[in-house]
Amino acid sequence: MKPIKTFTGRIVPLQARDVDTDQIIPARFLKTIDKQGLGKDLFYDWRYDAQGNPKPDFILNQPRAQGATVLLAGDNFGCGSSREHAPWALMGFGFLAVISTSFADIFCGNCLKNGLLPIIVDESTLAELFAAADRDESTKVTVDLGRQVLQLANGREVEFPIDSFSKTCLLAGVDQLGYIQKQEAAVVAFEKSHPETISTTA
Amino acid sequence: MPKTLFEKIWDNHVVVHEPGSPAVLYIDLHLVHEVTSPQAFEGLRHRGLKVRRPDHTLATMDHSIPTTDRSLPIVDTIAAKQIEQLRINCREFGVPLYDLGDKHQGIVHVIGPELGVTQPGATVVCGDSHTSTHGAFGALAFGIGTTEVEHVLATQCLLQNKAKTCKVSFDGAITKGVVAKDLILALIAKIGVGGGTGHVLEYGGSAIRALSMEGRMTVCNMSIEGGARAGMIAPDDTTFQYLEGKPKSPKGKAWDDAVARWRQLPSDEGASYDRTVTIDVAKLEPMITYGTNPGMGISISQPVPDPAAIADGNSSAALKKALEYMQLEAGRPLLGHRIDVVFIGSCTNSRITDLREAAQLLKGRKVSPKVRVMVVPGSEEIKRQATAEGLPEIFRAAGAEWREAGCSMCIAMNGDQLEPGQYCVSTSNRNFEGRQGKGGRTFLASPLTAAASAIDGAVSDARKYL
Ligand code: SF4
Repeated sequence: MKPIKTFTGRIVPLQARDVDTDQIIPARFLKTIDKQGLGKDLFYDWRYDAQGNPKPDFILNQPRAQGATVLLAGDNFGCGSSREHAPWALMGFGFLAVISTSFADIFCGNCLKNGLLPIIVDESTLAELFAAADRDESTKVTVDLGRQVLQLANGREVEFPIDSFSKTCLLAGVDQLGYIQKQEAAVVAFEKSHPETISTTA
Repeated sequence: MPKTLFEKIWDNHVVVHEPGSPAVLYIDLHLVHEVTSPQAFEGLRHRGLKVRRPDHTLATMDHSIPTTDRSLPIVDTIAAKQIEQLRINCREFGVPLYDLGDKHQGIVHVIGPELGVTQPGATVVCGDSHTSTHGAFGALAFGIGTTEVEHVLATQCLLQNKAKTCKVSFDGAITKGVVAKDLILALIAKIGVGGGTGHVLEYGGSAIRALSMEGRMTVCNMSIEGGARAGMIAPDDTTFQYLEGKPKSPKGKAWDDAVARWRQLPSDEGASYDRTVTIDVAKLEPMITYGTNPGMGISISQPVPDPAAIADGNSSAALKKALEYMQLEAGRPLLGHRIDVVFIGSCTNSRITDLREAAQLLKGRKVSPKVRVMVVPGSEEIKRQATAEGLPEIFRAAGAEWREAGCSMCIAMNGDQLEPGQYCVSTSNRNFEGRQGKGGRTFLASPLTAAASAIDGAVSDARKYL
């Protein structure tokens, strides 16, 4: 994973709440054994018609989405299935961050492990961002993970929450497995001191 | 301090918890399926790691497998490759696999309990959001992403922040025709699809105590549909009776010791929760969803809600969009709405009690000639049991299809899918746009409602047949 640096990017507004991961990446695309190449299937059923032609009114098919790095969406983004293919597809399209008022738990965890930033803002900030993106298609924001600050186009700075452990990992570009591996001695001690009744091989 | 069931299991599984970091949580049981694991095994290979505890790991294939004749080759070459990859991975890393044709193959959340590896007080994970099902046994069970699958394979541990707790009480006695599915659909309709975010739900109350293990699994299964991290039910004699004698349950003295430990698990008197929700069960009717997420549910006799009557702009817009997709008119009842397909199956409602409920209605009756009815058992074990009870004959005589075990039309990855525009009454757990096939429209309901609707060829109230 690459360390996350401060970046400025164009936002794409997706006016929908409770967007589930079946919409982000429909199940028929989950037969892959790779993480790569899912960007083209992102929001497939919203993005393409029955013949596979792009629907011009869907936001990701509009010129403004080309090169955009920040997705703006309604409340409870990423609910439903645990498929990590959802952040893989979002990142495959080019997104580096998603802004919403809340994210579903598993989706949020999956994002943080892949370096896609889930940025939580309050309702009025979200509304302000949607309004700004409606007014001006080239609206940009700046994301500073180190300071946990989202800077809006008008210069206003909004703090966003992130757990300190994930933040440290993302800034350093290290994955979380290494941390668990360092606890091996404690894991062995744990196993010795806890009775085990589950065995899948017995 | 009095502790909740969740806190007891949590405290008992924290390996280390350093300040500023999430807890390292030990995982007792890791379930694996073909769709969310290939990249995790590839990650192990890439790093030169082994599976730390194959004896705490169990794999099966359920999502992309055909539910037709298993002796035929799989025609979907991409699915076939993924299935073959699971075989290769399990062989290479020594993970026990319940392959196609094995007498215990089935939907991962069905076979864990059947095998007796899902046990009270355990931590259970799987790269699948419906892992919450296993919470019915008083386990802490939740879905994880593929990166976390790799973490657990490599270390048998997971990094976790402690969730908040919510007590959900289903009080009162349920009336005729109301079953476990209706309880959970009613809860989700009440709290919404994001209502449980950040929380572990503990279900209790007299209606939960009265449920079979199958019913409890149906309830816990859909916890994720309310956004919850997990759902759980304190173990009791119903739990122990279900588990005793299962292939991998403890035996002899180990069983007695385990039960003695498990009896300590229920939440202590006076334990506190971050939230509580109460549902008066006596007032519940059969439930059905009308929209495009599981929170959009109503009693079967109610009309479809009207977006114009909703004050909050965002909710109103979401409802309007859902009704457009579903092609439903606000204010009209769902009862009597035409349907094309009925699907009875999935990790929510494919167990023996579900099949018995459906068969009870279909016995001696015919399904509407306009409707395709699929009955898909959750596992080979259920298929055997149903066969021993003569259920397949009842389904076939009624004009329904009796198929092989798997996820099937719950997720439509295997070719079992709706055509665009079709309506389906489904016992599964998700009515998201396209979930059962691109352009398909799903009404979620209980096996009773599904069977009654199959007979009528339209959304129906099963109580008239009971
Ligand atoms: S039956 Fe449906 S919800 Fe359950 S594991 Fe299979 S695909 Fe997932």
